Amino acid sequence: MDIVVLFSALVTATLRYATPLMLAGLGGMFAERSGIINIGLEGTMMVGAWAAVYGSFLSGSPWVGLLCAIVAGLVVAAMHAVASIHWRANQVVSGTAINLLGAGLTEFAMSKIWEQAGQSPRVTAMPEVVNLPIVGKLNLFIYIAFLLVLISQIALWKTPWGLRLRACGEHPLAADTVGINVIKMRWYGTLLSGFFAAVAGASLSIGMVSRFTNGMTSGRGFIALAAMIFGKWSPGGVMLACLFFGLSDGLATICQIEGIRIAPEFFNMAPYVITILALAGVVGRSTPPAAEGIPYEKAH
Amino acid sequence: MPKAGKALRDFLGELTVPLLAIVAGLLVGVIFILIAGKNPIAAYGALLESVIGAPHKVGETLVSTVPLIFSGLAIALAFRCGLFNIGVEGQLMVGSLATAWAGVVFGGLPWYLLMPLCILFGVVTGAAWAGISGLLKAYRGVHEVINSIMLNYTALFLTHYLMTEHFRDATGKAGSPPMAEAALFAQGLIPGSRLHAGLFLALFVAFLAWVFLWKTPWGYEIRAVGFAPGAAEYGGISVKWNIVLAMLISGALAGMAGAVQTMAISGKFPDQSSFSGYGLDGIAVALVGRNHPGGVVLAALLFAALDYGGRNMQAVAEVPKAVIMVVQGAIIFFVAAEGIWRMMKNRKPKAEVKTA
Repeated sequence: MDIVVLFSALVTATLRYATPLMLAGLGGMFAERSGIINIGLEGTMMVGAWAAVYGSFLSGSPWVGLLCAIVAGLVVAAMHAVASIHWRANQVVSGTAINLLGAGLTEFAMSKIWEQAGQSPRVTAMPEVVNLPIVGKLNLFIYIAFLLVLISQIALWKTPWGLRLRACGEHPLAADTVGINVIKMRWYGTLLSGFFAAVAGASLSIGMVSRFTNGMTSGRGFIALAAMIFGKWSPGGVMLACLFFGLSDGLATICQIEGIRIAPEFFNMAPYVITILALAGVVGRSTPPAAEGIPYEKAH
Repeated sequence: MPKAGKALRDFLGELTVPLLAIVAGLLVGVIFILIAGKNPIAAYGALLESVIGAPHKVGETLVSTVPLIFSGLAIALAFRCGLFNIGVEGQLMVGSLATAWAGVVFGGLPWYLLMPLCILFGVVTGAAWAGISGLLKAYRGVHEVINSIMLNYTALFLTHYLMTEHFRDATGKAGSPPMAEAALFAQGLIPGSRLHAGLFLALFVAFLAWVFLWKTPWGYEIRAVGFAPGAAEYGGISVKWNIVLAMLISGALAGMAGAVQTMAISGKFPDQSSFSGYGLDGIAVALVGRNHPGGVVLAALLFAALDYGGRNMQAVAEVPKAVIMVVQGAIIFFVAAEGIWRMMKNRKPKAEVKTA
């Protein structure tokens, strides 16, 4: 195949794969920075993906779909917030429940509304915009994702709000002592994770494709967690990690197109193996926020 | 008999949260059955009928129970050490592949050597896979949940690669070559069902897990680490060693789930592109069973009934199977949110609490 065409295919594949990961990864990052582990990203993405398609189906506008996804994502995140922040639930267990509920609720809704075998009809998706050199037009979600990375980077590292959020994840007692409302900041972190995971889901269902299929997130919520760790809980890092994972997936696709005999499983495995190595300190140490996963109880 | 009275009260106290969670979960199910426009009584009736309506149905429910007992025990044992082994899915998968491989390669052995060998392969492989998470947790401080999730996906793709490239059925069927007959559990303990002796193995292992946790010093140390790692360390118990040990045993149990399921049901390593789900259900089983082997067996029965009955509920009462997923998710959520039940309890007047 022509090298330019091949390069363009690789870039497009990388970006398409990286976009939902980046969005969900940012969500996981905000939650953990505030001290709440959210492994329910997968289930939240699923709900977001479904709500986006349903909103777009009813209104004919992908923007209404995106709005529906965000509302649904916030509702799911609120469940996690109430359980983790107020009921002192084990956050990993609550996240596991959300993953199961997300898959169950969307499947239920599919069977109730469309009665087709696990697939929605085609709906209006976000447009492909801006004619870039070589790669051509890209889906609007790809630009949104990069824009949100930039905003997140500034919010987390350059604003007082970001400093407060990080303080709650590192040392909530100290944060509380200097007058930061730990409960409120953790609500922000958790709700943001719902917002981002839902947008990530929408970027799949009304971005990369234009319909919902049962189980369509297929583990991306977990890869996003990997990207968050590999990216060391920083927006820029998350972005680079996702692009790297995307490249890995893109190469698998290119190898198949070109008939190169490398088992695609090696590319599929790469993000996970690299994350394990990163965690083990083989390729740069990755340390989570110190207080994540521990419920905070205000001293009286 | 004040001591026996206290033991009974403790036992009933342990049961409260799981029972409340199950009832709450089933009520959530009622709401969704109503939304689906069906009769909840008829739907749950169909579920119950398909679980206990005939001997072979009971048998099939028990078939679904077996892997859940193993995976529930795996997760419960890790929980007792303060570890969340969400990696049972992957450990089960590598165990299953190793068992299938042993069943083909050593196929010439007589059954009394081959069957233990096959189980051993599954157990050791599962333990080794979990051991990675245990070592990284103990010596590098890496959170076992994140590591296990990564290892799950690594296992998914690695086993698929090994199967398709090095261990493929020569006749072109999907999955690995079939295991030797001598390696397989006989089915049909209850006629018309696939019930196999793996059930007795599961119950026996549950008993062993109880003995291990409460009647041996190793079990005591593991529980001490789970209860208060700082105090355990101060008391001369090695936290690091116990974390590794608990993960190894947990992985061994997960590997056994894979081994038994392979030797009793599939007879080979199937070509699968997703997880079995036993690891996920095992979390619910362990939580509802209060991380106690006896509770795990009962909870495994409940979740197997929901799973197996749910499939028939869809066929008979036309209620989508997804309702059962929602019920299971809700039960896990309500068990996790234990605090809410405690909060309700604490609203009682203080005097009443004192006299209790």
